[in-house]
Amino acid sequence: MARKDRMAKPAKMLLNVPAIQADFPILKRTVRDKRLVYLDSAATSQKPKQVIEATSDYYSRYNANVHRAIYELGEESTREYEGAREKVADFIHAKAASEIAFTKSTTESINVIAYGYGLKGKIQKGDEILGTVMEHHSNHVPWHFVKDHKGAVLKYVDVADDGTLKMEQYDDLLTRHTKIVTVTLCSNVLGTINPVKEIAKRAHEVGALCVVDAAQAAPHMPVDVQSLDADFLAFSGHKMLGPTGIGVLYGKAELLEETEPLLGGGEMIREVHLGWAKWNDVPYKFEGGTPNIAGAIGLGVAVDYLTKLGMDAVRAHEMEVTQYALEKFDRLKGVTTYGPKDVKRRAGVVSFTIEGAHPHDIASILDVEGICIRSGHHCAQPLMERFDLPATARASFYIYNDLDDVDALIAGIKRVQEVFA
Amino acid sequence: MAVSYEMYQEQILDHYKHPRNKGSLPSATKNARDTNPLCGDEVVLHLKIDGSDRIADVRFEGQGCAISQASASMLTTIVKGMSLGDATALDRDAILKKLGIPLSAVRLKCALLSLHVLKVALGPKPDVSK
Ligand SMILES: Cc1ncc(COP(=O)(O)O)c(C=O)c1O
Repeated sequence: MARKDRMAKPAKMLLNVPAIQADFPILKRTVRDKRLVYLDSAATSQKPKQVIEATSDYYSRYNANVHRAIYELGEESTREYEGAREKVADFIHAKAASEIAFTKSTTESINVIAYGYGLKGKIQKGDEILGTVMEHHSNHVPWHFVKDHKGAVLKYVDVADDGTLKMEQYDDLLTRHTKIVTVTLCSNVLGTINPVKEIAKRAHEVGALCVVDAAQAAPHMPVDVQSLDADFLAFSGHKMLGPTGIGVLYGKAELLEETEPLLGGGEMIREVHLGWAKWNDVPYKFEGGTPNIAGAIGLGVAVDYLTKLGMDAVRAHEMEVTQYALEKFDRLKGVTTYGPKDVKRRAGVVSFTIEGAHPHDIASILDVEGICIRSGHHCAQPLMERFDLPATARASFYIYNDLDDVDALIAGIKRVQEVFA
Repeated sequence: MAVSYEMYQEQILDHYKHPRNKGSLPSATKNARDTNPLCGDEVVLHLKIDGSDRIADVRFEGQGCAISQASASMLTTIVKGMSLGDATALDRDAILKKLGIPLSAVRLKCALLSLHVLKVALGPKPDVSK
């Protein structure tokens, strides 16, 4: 009977963490003779050897510019670069690879949308752009430009004390004047996973578009742009095992057509004359100049790596680590955590404060123990103001973190409390 | 305590937990404020300069990490009673010597924030917004 019960439980799809750790050369190093405990993957993830080797392989075996060279090396580099685009498209369930433009980052992707669709495109004076208080600066500032140059009106959905969006307020703020709703799928401070499918649905009901910042989501959970019905979506390679300097802009084909490019130059043109030019097709018109070829190829391999693990398994693993961490945090006196308590509604990002110790001092002391966490405002000052916090400390988990890492963090926090006792 | 905890030695923690000259100073004649955008550390200095160009009184307000706040507290003890000339000539070494701890480049910014605010206060165009 007992056995049957156990079998009736859904099988946990956990990761083989020791095998994963073995793929990450950096995890073998020590910091001041201590084991490296890397808990800052929300800022940037570490890279597996497969990704590192893929980029060096490009440089050492078939380095050539893409799309232009007639010779064999150029064909190989173009094939790999375009292959990476297809992998990324599959990864987020885009309808076609042409809906994927490579940029340098989430930041650049959102700027392309705000500039090319908003500022130079469809947005008129008085049109409303609806954001949220929990956005990263990169999903705030580009919209400020649209306000400043086009007279758009910016409005924001507030965050409730439990770290979730005030959805009733969203309904109130959403009107026929709303042209764009822009929201993060997952908060880089609170870990909150926002109901973007519902947000997009309601946006579409009033004729607004939904722009999604997936910088913290794409690395950590399955993302399906068609199921979300996202109009635009942005994320960064470096937070999902890929190299720095490569980012993704997804847009529905017809919307990318309507979006003006941000960078003019080579690669993005069909023909150029004195004084005027015709642009290349989507997505190439967004890729002015020689792109980050090695970065794109590396990102393609990162996507392979994650796909092989399975994004459901990645998510399940992080839920387990986060659950364990939240339980441990709960037992600490004088320590506050932020964001939803229910791991089904949050990702593996845990912001916390310790009574009497500033987050920077927390990070400094943990650093002595070889533990890397982030401290500060996490590029989310409006959110910090909302919670009346000058700064928080933040630990974030990924596929190579296990419960030992959480234990090390908790021990480190106790050490901080001793120092500041 | 392990060597690496040197940053948080007694002295620093003492100034952090029991800051000297903390508060407002309505009779101040020079005020300045600055922040360290990286950490959100904030230091406000209020200086009362008397007729003979001496810092007759000083207070600081602020929030932030132990290093930034302890160094602000220490700075007030250094400059209190000092002539304007001497205070203007104060350099980073004076502060770092007083702190007496090894600091990384990032934390150096925390340590030197209050000195920077002093320079602004004593400079040609002090920021009187606060
Ligand atoms: C939610 C969120 N959006 C956007 C960004 C910006 O990413 P990038 O710096 O790679 O452009 C980040 C990175 O910190 C993030 O966490």
